Amino acid sequence: MFPRPIEQASAPSRIAYQVALPIVLILWLLPLIGVAITSVRPSSDLAAGNYFGVPSYLAFENYLDVFRNSPIASYILNSFKVTIPTMIGAVALSCLTGFALGIYKFRANIFVFFLFVAGNFVPFQILMVPVRDLTVNMGLYNTSLGLILFHVAFQTGFCTLFMRNFIRALPFELIEAARVEGVAEWRIFWFVVLPIMRPAIAALSVLIFTFIWNDYFWATVLTTGASTQPVTAGLYSLNGQWVAAWHLVSAGSIVAALPPVMMFFLMQKHFIAGLTLGAVK
Amino acid sequence: MPTAVVPPRSSNRSWWRQNQQWLTPWLFLAPGIAMFVLYVISPIFQSFWLSFYDWDGLGEATWVGTGNYIELFDDGAFYTSLWNNVLWLVLYMLAVPAGLGIAIFLNQTVRGIRLYKSLFFFPFVISQVVVGLMFSWFYAPNFGLFYKLIEWMTGTGVAILADPDLVTYGIIAAGLWPQIAYCMILYLTGLNNVSPDQIEAARLDGARGFRMLWYIILPQLRPATFIAVVVTVIGALRSFDLVSIMTDGGPFGSSRVLSFYMYEQALSEYGYRMGYGAAIAVILFMIMMVFISGFIWKMVRDEKEGY
Repeated sequence: MFPRPIEQASAPSRIAYQVALPIVLILWLLPLIGVAITSVRPSSDLAAGNYFGVPSYLAFENYLDVFRNSPIASYILNSFKVTIPTMIGAVALSCLTGFALGIYKFRANIFVFFLFVAGNFVPFQILMVPVRDLTVNMGLYNTSLGLILFHVAFQTGFCTLFMRNFIRALPFELIEAARVEGVAEWRIFWFVVLPIMRPAIAALSVLIFTFIWNDYFWATVLTTGASTQPVTAGLYSLNGQWVAAWHLVSAGSIVAALPPVMMFFLMQKHFIAGLTLGAVK
Repeated sequence: MPTAVVPPRSSNRSWWRQNQQWLTPWLFLAPGIAMFVLYVISPIFQSFWLSFYDWDGLGEATWVGTGNYIELFDDGAFYTSLWNNVLWLVLYMLAVPAGLGIAIFLNQTVRGIRLYKSLFFFPFVISQVVVGLMFSWFYAPNFGLFYKLIEWMTGTGVAILADPDLVTYGIIAAGLWPQIAYCMILYLTGLNNVSPDQIEAARLDGARGFRMLWYIILPQLRPATFIAVVVTVIGALRSFDLVSIMTDGGPFGSSRVLSFYMYEQALSEYGYRMGYGAAIAVILFMIMMVFISGFIWKMVRDEKEGY
C-alpha cells in the first residue's frame, strides 16, 4: 500500500493525521458549507450584515419560499421527465450495441466501436445548430421528448464504450457453450448475457442519471420557459430574478443538487465502479 | 423409412439462414447506430457545411464561402475566447496532480475514511450550475467569503468576477473543484490496485517518499493518469456552464470561451448568426480533434495489444 499505512507511523503523526483529516475536509467543502448555511439564514440576517455569524434562527422558511414563489417544483418535475426516460433508453440501446461489439468478430467492429468513442468526445457546439434545427423540424422544440431523444443518442456513445468493455471481460466460454447447445443468438443475449450484465446496468444507470440531471447546455438550447425547462436551466433564470437574494439562491441550489447527491450516496459502489471503469485495466 | 430432406418452408427463411451469421451483429447495432448517426455524426458534417453560409435560422441561407472564417480572423472577441480556452486547458491540468495529491492523502485505512472519501468526491456529483452559484457567492463583493479573506489579508477586497483580468482565473478555480474530485477518485481506485509486492521490494531497496512515488507508483498508475488527462482536456474545452452561470461572458466579454462565444453568436438576442456560430464551432472541433486523435490512437494501440 502506498503511502505507508499510518498505523505503522509514530503516535504523534497518527494524531496529526486524524486532526488534519476533518480540517482539510472543511476547507475543501467551504463553498458548499457556506451555501448550506446561507440557505437557512433568515433574510433579516443578510440585511443586517450577519453573513458569517451563527444565523439568528434556522430559517427553513427559505425553502418554503422557494417552492411557493417560484416554479422550482415544476422545474424539478421536468428534470425527472427528461432524466429517467433517457436513462432507460441509453442503457437499453447500449446493451444491444455493447453485446454486438463485445461478442461478434467482424471487420468493421473496431471501426464502429471507435466511432462511438470518438463521437462521445466532440464539443457540443459542433452539434448545436443542426440538432436544434432537427428538433424544431420534428416539432419537438421545447418538449421533454426532444431533449430525451438527443440525450439518448449522445449518451449511447459513452454507454457503448462501457458495455462493450464489460462484456469483453466476461468468460467467453459461457457464450460458446450456449451456441453449441444451439441457442439462438437473441436468446443468448436475453437469457445468458443480460442477467450477468446487471452490475454494469446499475452502474451506468446511476452515472447517466447524474450526467443528464446536471446537463445545462442542451436544456438551454432545446427548451425554454418553466413548463419544460429542467432545473439547471431553471436555476439560471431564477438567479436572474433573485438578484442578491442569496438565501433564496442558496436554498434553490441545494434543492436542485439533492437528487443526484442522494443517488450518489445510495448507489455509491455502482457510481464509483462506473466512473473508474477502464482506469485500472 | 424413406429419408426425406425437409424443404425450406419459404425462401425468406433460407435467406435468413444464409445471412444470419454476418447480419446478427448489425441487427443488434442498428438502433444505436441509427440514433448516433442522426444526432451526432451527421450534425458534425452539417455544421461544417453551414459554416460557409450566412443564415439567421429562419430565412434562406446565403453562401458566403470562407467569409465567416475571414471575419473570425479580425474578430477581437474570438481571440479573447481562444486565449481563454488556452488558459483553461493549461490551468485545468492542475486537476491531475492535485487529484493525485488528495488521493495519496486519503489512501489510508483509518476509521471513517470511506465517508471522508465520499465527501471529498462530493463536488463532482453536483451540477456545474450549482457549483457556479456557490462560487459566485464565495467571490461576491463585500460579503463573499473569499472577498473577505483577501480583504483581511491585504486590506482591500478583490471582486474577482467583476475584474476583466482576473475573472477567467476565478471561473477556472471553480471548475477545478469538481475536476480535482474526479481525478482523485480515479487515482484512489488506481492506488488500490498497485501491486503490494513491488512496493515491499522497493522498500527493501530503500526507496521512500517521492522516489517511490516517481519510480514505482506512477508507472503503475498510468491507466488512471491517461483517463484523468482525457477527461480533463475534454472538460476544459467543454467549459460552458460555469461561464454562462457566473458571468455570462462578462465583464465586457472578457471571460468568454469558444463554446460560449459560439452559443452567443448563434442564439444571441440580437439576431441569430448560425453560420458564424458554426464557423466558431468548427474551430473548436478542430482543436478538440487534435486531442481526440491522440487519445484514439493510443486506445487503438492498446486494443491491438490486448486482443
